[in-house]
Amino acid sequence: MYESLFNFPGGLLAEFERLQQELQQEFANLGRPGSIRALASGAFPTINVGSTPGTIEVYAFAPGLDPATLDIQIDHGLLSISGERSSAEPQDNGSLSVYANERFSGRFKRTVNLSKDADPDKVEAHYRNGVLHIKVARQESAQPKRITIQ
Amino acid sequence: MSEKQVVRRGESAEELQTLLPRVDVFENKDGILLLADMPGVPKDKLELRVENDTLLIEGEIAPDTPENMEAVYAEVHLSRYRRAFSLSSELDTSRIDAQLRDGVLNLRIPKQAHAQPRKIEVKVA
Repeated sequence: MYESLFNFPGGLLAEFERLQQELQQEFANLGRPGSIRALASGAFPTINVGSTPGTIEVYAFAPGLDPATLDIQIDHGLLSISGERSSAEPQDNGSLSVYANERFSGRFKRTVNLSKDADPDKVEAHYRNGVLHIKVARQESAQPKRITIQ
Repeated sequence: MSEKQVVRRGESAEELQTLLPRVDVFENKDGILLLADMPGVPKDKLELRVENDTLLIEGEIAPDTPENMEAVYAEVHLSRYRRAFSLSSELDTSRIDAQLRDGVLNLRIPKQAHAQPRKIEVKVA
C-alpha cells in the first residue's frame, strides 16, 4: 500500500529530475519579453510566433487533436485558437492503474496578438504532426517597397 | 577524480537541453499503455530504444519554418524531446507496439505471458 507512493514511472529520483527540468524550462523564459496573454506553466497548446517580411507565422503545439474540431478566429487583430482534447484514459474495468496523468485534457483557448498589418482575409492553417501552423499574410500596403528614383 | 566529475557534469548539461514530453501511463492486466505528447516530431525522427530495462524515447521536431523567419515569441525553445523510463522484468520489451499519430506517441508494452494474472485453482487433496 505504501509502496504506491513511490510508484512514479522511472522511480522517485526520476520524478525529481523531471521537476528540475520543468523548472529549468520555465526559467528559460525569464528575461525574454513575455506576451500579456501568455499562460502559466502547463499551458495547452504552447505557442511560437515568427515573422517574415510578408507573413506572421503562428505555431501551436497541439498534439492529438482532430483538426475539424479546432476553432480558429481572428477578431480585431486577435487570433484565437480553441478546441477540446479528450482524456486518453482507457475504460476502467476494475484493473486499471494510472501512474502518470500529465497530458492536458479538456477545453482550451489561446489568444495571440497579431501585429497591426495582419490581413485577416489571407489566413492559411495546416495541421501536421500535431502542430497547427497558421500563416497570416501582412497587408500589401504595409510591406516594404523599393522606390525607384525618376 | 575531479576530471571525471567535469565530464559527468558536461553530460548531464547536454541531457538537460531537451524538452520533456508530457506523458500518461496506464496499466491494466495485459500491460502498460504509455502516451507521450511530442508535437512536431515526424515518424522518421522518432527513436525508441530499450537498453537494460530502460526505455528511452527521443524525437526531433522537424522544422517547418520559412527560411527568412525571425522568432518573435517562443514558448518552445528546444527542438529535441527526450525521456527515459525504467521497466520492470515482467514487461515483454520484444513485443512493444508503437504508433505515432498527430504528435502523440502511443506505446503498448505487454506483460510476459507468464506474468499475466492467473487464477490458481485450489485442489482438494
